[in-house]
Amino acid sequence: MAGIVSAASLLAACGANATDPAGGSATQTPLADVPNTFEQITNYNNYYEFSTDKQAVNPLSANFRPTPWAVEVGGLVQNPKTYALEDLLRFEQVERVYRLRCVEAWSLVIPWTGFELNKLLAEAEPMTSAKYVAFTTLLDPEQFPGQSSPFYPWPYTEGLRLDEAMHRLTLIATGLYGESLPNPNGAPLRLVVPWKYGFKSIKAIVKIELTETQPATLWNTIAPEEYGFYSNVNPEVDHPRWSQRTERRIGELDRRNTLLFNGYADEVASLYSGMDLSVNY
Amino acid sequence: MSRDKGFPWPRVLVHLLGVLPLASIFFAALTGRLTFNPIQDIEQRLGRAALYFLVASLAVTPIYTLTGWRSVLPRRRALGLYAFLYASLHFITFAVIDYGFDLREIGRLILEKPFILLGLTTGLLLLPLAVTSFDYFMRKMGKKWKSLHRLVYIAGVTVIIHYAWAKKGDLFALQGDILKPLLWGLLVVSLLVLRIPAVRRGVSGLRQRVAGRGKVLKSA
Repeated sequence: MAGIVSAASLLAACGANATDPAGGSATQTPLADVPNTFEQITNYNNYYEFSTDKQAVNPLSANFRPTPWAVEVGGLVQNPKTYALEDLLRFEQVERVYRLRCVEAWSLVIPWTGFELNKLLAEAEPMTSAKYVAFTTLLDPEQFPGQSSPFYPWPYTEGLRLDEAMHRLTLIATGLYGESLPNPNGAPLRLVVPWKYGFKSIKAIVKIELTETQPATLWNTIAPEEYGFYSNVNPEVDHPRWSQRTERRIGELDRRNTLLFNGYADEVASLYSGMDLSVNY
Repeated sequence: MSRDKGFPWPRVLVHLLGVLPLASIFFAALTGRLTFNPIQDIEQRLGRAALYFLVASLAVTPIYTLTGWRSVLPRRRALGLYAFLYASLHFITFAVIDYGFDLREIGRLILEKPFILLGLTTGLLLLPLAVTSFDYFMRKMGKKWKSLHRLVYIAGVTVIIHYAWAKKGDLFALQGDILKPLLWGLLVVSLLVLRIPAVRRGVSGLRQRVAGRGKVLKSA
């Protein structure tokens, strides 16, 4: 028992917040979200290009150079173009407070700023043959020490179906808490797809390419039976090794029940009507 | 066992190492060095400590085989007990603090998730070893004691798979976050290989020849 008591007092000592923002138990309405602090959001990061240690990402990313930056938009589009970061900031910038649910069963609430990806895609004009959007992270082992590891098919790649990419919730984030995007969160710009597991929301994007066939993605290449192309948040479809039924919101002591599509089912469920979500995981 | 000469530093060293992980968790908690997911951080630190001591206890015999250093042998019991202590604290943190003693959910996790089942298996393999670690049982059980305590070899394998499966990657495909489990796994495999009687005889024979030659050279 001593172990329990001491560990509990440790938690109190390290400042974990036991109060539930909604004042209830595990099942919450999606409306009850309070944003995590800037410090939490920028010091607990999965960014394997820097480190697999979530706390090490922030210090290791301190010297990363997010400017100047260019993003190449190409593939099956009428108007291929390389955008400077400043060009992209001309798209209407909006603030979106989204839940971010990591496949490792923890979550954050983040007040992003950014623009809807559909604005950029509309300007690029996808051809009728375009079915998917492929994203690529910067490849630069000098700035990204983790990219020296031989155990990953670098650079990081991700992908969406075109209708997912065009959805109004799908954001290219360029900032959070009103500041330009911090390095540990994927500066200078990243994808945010709030109804999918966090690893879909690729960071430090240098290339956006429209394709006819489903693009390869990093985690799907490493372990296809564990990380599907869709990777929609779904408490009923477990990761083979760990459960997705519950999650821990950073800053809370109790676990919350994970919500279908991370609580965005009303907005996005129609994208998947008629699909078996346990097959298309 | 305490045999006359001076300060029993190997024994003291083992106990200092034994409390180090717990002390470092307290230190991290008091100085704000735990992650913003402190329950998981504590859970993982305790799990890693259990792994370290389990591997250390598996290293005792091979160290003796390789070096002929006798005084390492009596340290095995304490190392094994620390492994069990940290494995227990790891499980208690998982069941009580992380999952709030929700027995239904914990039961489902154990049944559905081989990764959790393997962790529990490792702990349950260590349990009878910890209970029978006292001299009383060693005397009373005789030969059976040694056979029982060979269960630790299985625990050495299950703990590595449990550790590897807790990370994002595929150990056997050498893909993903597998470097640490891979290195620990290779260490455990070599510690087990050094126990194969033929290997062990070969190594200690070689060591004695090397030592013998040294003596001959010195006397010449």
